[in-house]
Amino acid sequence: MDLTLSPSEEAFRDELRAWLADNHPGEDPPDDDAAFEHRRVWQKKLYDAGYAGFSWPKEYGGRGATLIEQALFGEEMARAKAPSPANVLGMVMGGPVVIAHGDDTQKERWLKPILTGDEIWCQGFSEPESGSDLASLKTRAVKSNGEWVVTGQKVWTTYAHKAKWCMLVARTDQDAQKHAGLTYFIMDMEQEEVQVRPLRQITGEAEFNELFIEEARIPDENVVGGVGNGWTVAITTLMHERAGLGASAAAGMRIALNELGELARERGVTDDPVIRQRLAQLAIEVELLRLNAWRGLTAIMKTGIPGPEGSVVKWQWGELNQSLTELAVDILGEDGALWDSPWTYRFLRSRANSIEGGTTEILKNIVAERVLGLPKLR
Amino acid sequence: MNFDFSDDQQAIKRTAKDLLAARFTLDRVRELAEGRRYDETAWTELCELGWPGIFVSEDNGGQGLGIVELVILMEELGYALAPVPFLSTASAGLALELAGSDEQRERWLPGISSGELRATAGLESNGEARLVPDADAAELIVLLSRDGGRVLERSQAEVEPLETIDATRHFARVRGEGGEPLEGDTSAALDRIVTAIAAELTGVCQRTMEMAVEYARDRKQFGRPIGAYQAVAHRCAQMLLETEGARSASYYAGWTADAEPESMPQAASMAKAYASDAGWRVTASALQVHGGIGFTWEHDLHFFLKRAKADGILFGSAGSHRERVAELSGLAAEPAPA
Repeated sequence: MDLTLSPSEEAFRDELRAWLADNHPGEDPPDDDAAFEHRRVWQKKLYDAGYAGFSWPKEYGGRGATLIEQALFGEEMARAKAPSPANVLGMVMGGPVVIAHGDDTQKERWLKPILTGDEIWCQGFSEPESGSDLASLKTRAVKSNGEWVVTGQKVWTTYAHKAKWCMLVARTDQDAQKHAGLTYFIMDMEQEEVQVRPLRQITGEAEFNELFIEEARIPDENVVGGVGNGWTVAITTLMHERAGLGASAAAGMRIALNELGELARERGVTDDPVIRQRLAQLAIEVELLRLNAWRGLTAIMKTGIPGPEGSVVKWQWGELNQSLTELAVDILGEDGALWDSPWTYRFLRSRANSIEGGTTEILKNIVAERVLGLPKLR
Repeated sequence: MNFDFSDDQQAIKRTAKDLLAARFTLDRVRELAEGRRYDETAWTELCELGWPGIFVSEDNGGQGLGIVELVILMEELGYALAPVPFLSTASAGLALELAGSDEQRERWLPGISSGELRATAGLESNGEARLVPDADAAELIVLLSRDGGRVLERSQAEVEPLETIDATRHFARVRGEGGEPLEGDTSAALDRIVTAIAAELTGVCQRTMEMAVEYARDRKQFGRPIGAYQAVAHRCAQMLLETEGARSASYYAGWTADAEPESMPQAASMAKAYASDAGWRVTASALQVHGGIGFTWEHDLHFFLKRAKADGILFGSAGSHRERVAELSGLAAEPAPA
């Protein structure tokens, strides 16, 4: 057991930290479009410095970073409160899928503009009637004169209004078994047949969109991984979540915890025994998130398979961010009810943390079935 | 960066697990608990293997290994629910190793390491230590607080044996004047003791989680295994979350003791706070999964539940260690402005 960084890992971290200190783009501007442009510029800067697509193999323009380096990268970005680069979905999901399942032409066409941020990617998986049960999706694609004609509706599509490409899973065989009839497409968003409507959420802003697709066209060469293999390809996408995710989430929570401590001091509640207990419990859970993430990483490095502690990190993070922001609002007292109060946004936004990227209930099912070996729940 | 045991440590873990599984079947644990006694033969065997002195320097008759190795043994002792005086012996050893003078270490540690000297340690507050493992049988009793400690001979101590819920071990209340002062860092000793207890709780959690999962697979109601119902399955998933949390926390605290002592005080209290809560919640949840049978004396689960509760109370409750975390983390260290 050795939880220290090797000299080369430490050198990597120090170099990145220094680079971030010199190149940090500052906070996003308040206006949505301006914020997006800000993140696009940030993406380009990361690309020029060789930090975009950090985990991708070198032959595709990445750095072939080790899992540890990826985790350190995530930690340092969170620590510096750097904004997400504009094309995060392309880098984390789209690119890795093209690398794993795409042909040479597809790799040549799509990979580089993902890294530079010249072409933004969005994800068309969820539908109004297919959330946790993704494979039940109804959007259909029919082949006609060598191209695919797609009709259906998608939801929770981040950056759809900015995106050039959409990772789209659609049903191409109505008669096949639920998982077998799906195909993974890369759909051009720049066509009239795809309409994007912003989806206003409980925080008042619209981070996500709905997609209305009415006979949109996709050329046959935009099928990735073969017709009927959409489920397998989509699952790879989901598994390509950044290895550094847990470590970076923990680093983000560490910062939030310090801000909460600051708030407690400002509001003069640090000698309230109940507040002290709650603060300490959060401090413990933030530390455990970090330790579980690193233990999970060790397990992946040793066996190639995520260990049990890895599968609970997302679940744990969601609950932790919710209880942390709840304590902040409790400390604020009457001010906690105010719309423009500090923490109000984070408090409300955190409600999505136990839903997005796999609901806590689904994560518990996964732990029960695949880690503990309990009988299937259906 | 490698958050896993080395090959040698893995070997210690395997050996410990196999040996304890052979010596302490649940029938044997029950027989010992109901007879209110320890397995002296098995204890002698563990002493011959050098367990009590695993972290004691070789000069003083120990194995010269670290707290990580102690954590490994404690986890397996918890998993097996072994009725042996290990915690008491190891606590006294830690107190002397960390806070004793050279002379005190030379005088007592060889006997503790070999198991020939029966010793224990307890947390003293307001002139008494209210829950001390194996004090009645000990020749040497170390009373510790964060500010200091002292070593009492059995004859200097007033020892009142207690009937506790944890039948797999023996406890007593200890009072006593005088004794030989410990001049060293008793806080460092306490940090290592609570880390060891957190590791034992991890083993108890692991075992009862396994029992609950096995039962949930086998037990059928309304025509299917109860583990196929989400209410039960999610309860089991929660057990895994808490068991793994206790494990990460206690392994990390053990590692800081050996490699990064400046991080240890907070890591130790975090581990004890989290594992104390997890120990109770996981064992209680396992009982719930078992339904009525889990509430019977005949079922073995209650022995684990009671060990978990006793461990949670020993050397500071979850609440008291959280208070220490509030202090040490700097989050609520400063007094509020007037």
